[in-house]
Amino acid sequence: MRAEATAPALKLPEKHYLNATYGIRSWLLTTDHKRIALLYLASVTFFFFIGGFFAMMIRLHLLAPNGYLLTPDQYNRMFTMHGVTMVFFFLIPSIPAILGNFLIPIMIGAKDLAFPKINLLSWYIYILGGAFTLWSMVNGGLDTGWTFYTPLSTIYSNSAVAPAVVGVFITGFSSILTGLNFLVTVHTMRAPGMTWFRLPLFVWAHYATSIVMILGTPVIAITLGLAAMERVFGLGFFNPAMGGDPILFQHLFWFYSHPAVYIMILPAMGVISELIPTFARKRLFGYHFVAAASLAIAVIGFVVWTHHMFLTGQSTYAAVAFSFLTFIVAIPSAIKTFNWTATLFGGSISFDTPMLYAFGFLGLFMIGGLTGLFLGALGVDINIHDTYFVVAHFHYIMVGGAVMGYLGGLHFWWPKITGRMYPEWLARIAAFILFIGFNFTFFPQFIVGIMGMPRRYHTYPPEFQIYNVMSTAGASILAVGYLLPMVYLTWAAFYGKVAGENPWPATGLEWKTQSPPLTENFEVTPVVTWEAYDFHNRPDLGLDVPSGKGSPGVVAPAHGDD
Amino acid sequence: MHRTGSLYGQFKTLEQQKDTATLGMWIFLVTEVMFFGGIMLAYTINRHTYFHAFAMGSNTLSLGLGGFNTVVLLASSFTMAMAVWSAQTSKKNLITLFLSLTILLGFVFFGVKYVEYAQKFHHHLVPGKNFDIFYCANNPAKCEDIDAADMAKEKEELEAAAKADPDLNAHAQLYYSAYFGMTGLHALHMVIGAGLLFWLLKESVAGKFNAEWNNPVDIVGLYWHFVDIVWIYLFPLLYLIDRHK
Repeated sequence: MRAEATAPALKLPEKHYLNATYGIRSWLLTTDHKRIALLYLASVTFFFFIGGFFAMMIRLHLLAPNGYLLTPDQYNRMFTMHGVTMVFFFLIPSIPAILGNFLIPIMIGAKDLAFPKINLLSWYIYILGGAFTLWSMVNGGLDTGWTFYTPLSTIYSNSAVAPAVVGVFITGFSSILTGLNFLVTVHTMRAPGMTWFRLPLFVWAHYATSIVMILGTPVIAITLGLAAMERVFGLGFFNPAMGGDPILFQHLFWFYSHPAVYIMILPAMGVISELIPTFARKRLFGYHFVAAASLAIAVIGFVVWTHHMFLTGQSTYAAVAFSFLTFIVAIPSAIKTFNWTATLFGGSISFDTPMLYAFGFLGLFMIGGLTGLFLGALGVDINIHDTYFVVAHFHYIMVGGAVMGYLGGLHFWWPKITGRMYPEWLARIAAFILFIGFNFTFFPQFIVGIMGMPRRYHTYPPEFQIYNVMSTAGASILAVGYLLPMVYLTWAAFYGKVAGENPWPATGLEWKTQSPPLTENFEVTPVVTWEAYDFHNRPDLGLDVPSGKGSPGVVAPAHGDD
Repeated sequence: MHRTGSLYGQFKTLEQQKDTATLGMWIFLVTEVMFFGGIMLAYTINRHTYFHAFAMGSNTLSLGLGGFNTVVLLASSFTMAMAVWSAQTSKKNLITLFLSLTILLGFVFFGVKYVEYAQKFHHHLVPGKNFDIFYCANNPAKCEDIDAADMAKEKEELEAAAKADPDLNAHAQLYYSAYFGMTGLHALHMVIGAGLLFWLLKESVAGKFNAEWNNPVDIVGLYWHFVDIVWIYLFPLLYLIDRHK
């Protein structure tokens, strides 16, 4: 932290995007990407609460081997609604729609995204899809699992499948439009001098994510469309009695839903690529490799989907091919992890809250990712498929990875978004609570999964109870870890210490604008003549930059317009 | 963001706006390819598995009407391209003319589609409780629009198909699910396209398009051509393959 003993207290800028216009219409009809990001923040947080409620019901019920809280049917609905809400309404939109929307135009030196009105439309589409899904919940929810497997979802289920399927279908278009907006923006809206390889890796990560969004999401749209038509009109593609094939549904479903998990993790990786250089005060190691790895994950992620279907009776040749490809897709992720670690080496590391989340990400994503290889190994998968091992695996990545990235990013950019800092010590404590709660919740699930506890069952053998109790206890701690930031970030937005332009300090165009930014982001369009993460080149930041092995020794003069 | 003339506030130049909008439309069309691709995949897999039933299904479609519709759409793509050319050469009256022709041809397509759909309805070929691929063969009086020679041929093919596939009716219903699904989706996209064309017509009558700024005509043209290409795929897939032994 910079010495500020004699610096005068900072003041918020007079004009910024939050006070530029007033009134509910100026928010609901805004085309400012920053306001739209906040609209998303509110709605995504709302759905996070709902998904969290369902998680709480699951964990409370599983305290006892023959749980008394829920009937088997109700239990099915709980885990289904937890999955549907968290996947489609929290994880997929979270970082892209909130942080991506807010930051990408500023990071590339543009006034807004390429299509601001389409950006607002994508939020309204999200709300409409959410409304349909809420309607399903109000009518008892659905019990098919978030994977909507047929023929349960299309024929036999007596739950509110149709509105939920329609809701997810609609929300998919929000995702498609966001991805389209980001892709075009990065291609055509970069400021002069902002070449592709000067872009922050956050932007590269969202570019790769957008490729996945636009290629994958239409496939789930048509798949759910066909499933909905089958349920409502009796078409027969997935109905064995009519010659249809439930496995066809699974292939079509997973063709999107596997790349979808990369939609969830790539943005978080983009956040980590911003946090680690900032808090190690060192240029990211292997920029080009990290950028290429993001694209590689996006592309290879499209050819591994059948690893969700190893136990459906497919041919051994298919299984071997997809298992091999699943192992391959781990490689770009590993490249990134090594590069992040190499960035730390020789750096001047501090443990501010965003960095705590980054460290959490590194460890937990690694565990989650490695356990994916266990699942990708054919022989092992036969034993652990559909057990809690799978549940723990994806929660380590989704929560230990993606949510850590999301929270780290929220904390890191909160001063830019609101102009005010959050309370640092409380935030660090919350990060620790979250980390401890997370591991207590999900690590026992690896163990109990290996021991054979199936997922999506409302009961389990009594010998597993200790692990389930530990998991539920952990979940209650995890809940505190989530609630604390929601409270103090909200408080900080109004009463936190004024942050100034670049409180960390960090490189990147967004840290050269006022906090909060003007509606049009920059008074004068920047002309970029420097590389990303050029800590070694910025004496203006007042950093004690290490001149050790990892960084170039000579410090060049600062570039002009600071 | 404010707008000055045709230039929206987030852009520096009309050139940048044009490039952005064009790229946006191309990427949107990529998503449409993935969207239609899903149902085409389902259709193709099922055609391979149940080729007797699907061949039978193809035989019940009218080559004449389908072929006519294909020509109509190709012509509408031509008139659309002419509208783009007119805009690029600032021939304002011609823009309006060609856009109107494109819309007209689109409506002709809808008209023919309506006739085809109505026929399917009367012949009990709409998936659901009353679906019956044998309906016309068993009740020739009810299917007067099929002449005697065609009826005889259809009966013969039905018999052969039923022998090869005892579950012919169920599998034929799959064909018709795909038929209505794919052509319905296509028709929906055409309706959206028609809407876009009406908007373009309004703008062209207001004199908005000229050699300097004609991008909206260009990108709606892209969309319309795409919808045409989808039909070019649908026509052979649904009407032409495995038609008669």
